[in-house]
Amino acid sequence: MGISFKRWVTNPDSWGAVASIFGFVLLWYVLTAVLRLPRFDKLPDPVAVVTAWLSPNPPDGLSIFTSVYYMDILYSVVRVLVSFALATVLGVGLGLLLGWSRVFFDYAFPLVETLRPIPPIAWIPLAVLVLPTTEMGVIFITFIAAFFATVLNTLLGVQSIDQVYFRAAKCLGSRPWDVFRHVVIPGSLPAIFTGLQVAMGVAWISLVAGEMISGQAGLGYLIYEDYSNLQFVNIVIGMLTLGLLGYGSSALVRLAGKRLMTWESRRRGVGA
Amino acid sequence: MSVRGLGPDAGPKAGPDAKAGGDISIREVTKIYDPDGIHVVAVERCSLEIAAGEFLVVVGPSGCGKTSLLNVLAGFEDLTDGEILLDGKPIAAPGRPVEPGSDRIVVFQNGALFPWKTVLENIVYGPMVQRRRELGRARQAARNLLAQVGLEGIEGSYPAELSSGVQRRVEILRALINEPRVMLLDEPFRGLDAVAKSVMHQFLLDLFERTRLTMFFITHDLDEAIFLGDRVVVMTTRPCCPKLVLQVNLPRPRDHRALGDTRFLELKRAALEAVHEEALKAFRAGERELA
Repeated sequence: MGISFKRWVTNPDSWGAVASIFGFVLLWYVLTAVLRLPRFDKLPDPVAVVTAWLSPNPPDGLSIFTSVYYMDILYSVVRVLVSFALATVLGVGLGLLLGWSRVFFDYAFPLVETLRPIPPIAWIPLAVLVLPTTEMGVIFITFIAAFFATVLNTLLGVQSIDQVYFRAAKCLGSRPWDVFRHVVIPGSLPAIFTGLQVAMGVAWISLVAGEMISGQAGLGYLIYEDYSNLQFVNIVIGMLTLGLLGYGSSALVRLAGKRLMTWESRRRGVGA
Repeated sequence: MSVRGLGPDAGPKAGPDAKAGGDISIREVTKIYDPDGIHVVAVERCSLEIAAGEFLVVVGPSGCGKTSLLNVLAGFEDLTDGEILLDGKPIAAPGRPVEPGSDRIVVFQNGALFPWKTVLENIVYGPMVQRRRELGRARQAARNLLAQVGLEGIEGSYPAELSSGVQRRVEILRALINEPRVMLLDEPFRGLDAVAKSVMHQFLLDLFERTRLTMFFITHDLDEAIFLGDRVVVMTTRPCCPKLVLQVNLPRPRDHRALGDTRFLELKRAALEAVHEEALKAFRAGERELA
């Protein structure tokens, strides 16, 4: 991000990335179209996938020219964004509070630690049965894992702040709110963004699980529906789309982190 | 408003300044830690008078309890017995809640500049949170301070982009802008190489000449202690209390030539003996603890 395409292409560092993607596609092609090993012959080869993906008249009804493709993307993206935003606000808030107040930590941390390991998939039945709409159920499931990843990393971030900064801040005349704003928040930002990266990843994972089981649209639903209809090409298109969206959303989180933590990237600049 | 002795409206040499105060009276202070029932007496019945505008250096073996004394002085920890007065007013006594304040600012062992703030943001932090002056004026004062010590041009840098010597100087300026009555320095030049250390010594001596702030400086480097201080107090090993007080009669302003002065060498000899004795005691106590 932030560098021009031309510089990216001419930079030898990015050739490795191109080579590995090319190698993967080549291997996929050889296994499915050339060697046609047992079990691999069921898989669509990359040429078939790309042809269908880019075709104005796709045989299985899914390509970049069909509106259903964009509807599914839109549903999934909006669900992830809403869940991720909720997880960020509530997760960072709860994590900061846990790290900031010893008393609150003693009360709330055991509860958080008990609920945290419950896999998002285990939440599906309750979420669907209890929440008024299926849509809310899917968003809740997407939210829950992202939320705990954010809480835990934020808490660890606050706890990792060197005590000396709290002392220095008090010496210089800070009130509790100043310490919170100028020490606790910036001091835990690197860990918060690590948490948000993880949260974005698990949000996509749980989203697909939620959509497969209870959704009416979205990429997870698309993959599941094409599974029932044995439309292999569409399954692969759905998977690759998920991969690209996941990559892009993580890159956005990284970019936001970089913007907010200039001191971190500049330090790396000096060390290099 | 400008920092005393450094601003344009200060006299050429402020000298000891009655208004600013900075007179510390440590009376029979005892500090006992009791982690998990293990009774550790860090400081015992320690009394020490520090005059306003005095540069006092405390020397003692590692772990002797001198940092505990500083923490109590700074208001980071409460004391078990005794009291501490600053300009006649009690700042620490048993049962009294601990309260750090910008009248006695600590410069920490490993540096405590906020890594997420630029040099300028670090220096104006005190005035900003104390809301003592308008931020624009605080920024101007910070720039003036930097310029006066030859550090202009680094305002926008983050601490990690600077050498540790420059970081320490910025940290001292961050303390100074608050016009503290006392500076508490806890081995602030530890870990710097010899060259950076000698630059820092000159920097601190120049600053002291101009401000005459009360300095409470902890070190275990004897050369540093005698070179900087008006008085050097050698502490006993745990529990910590003064063992030997040396009046340093080297004239000020001082520079590196003082290090070769015969008076310097005599003081060092006297201090070395006391420090060595305590170091041996600490070593034997350590052996006993291990046995």
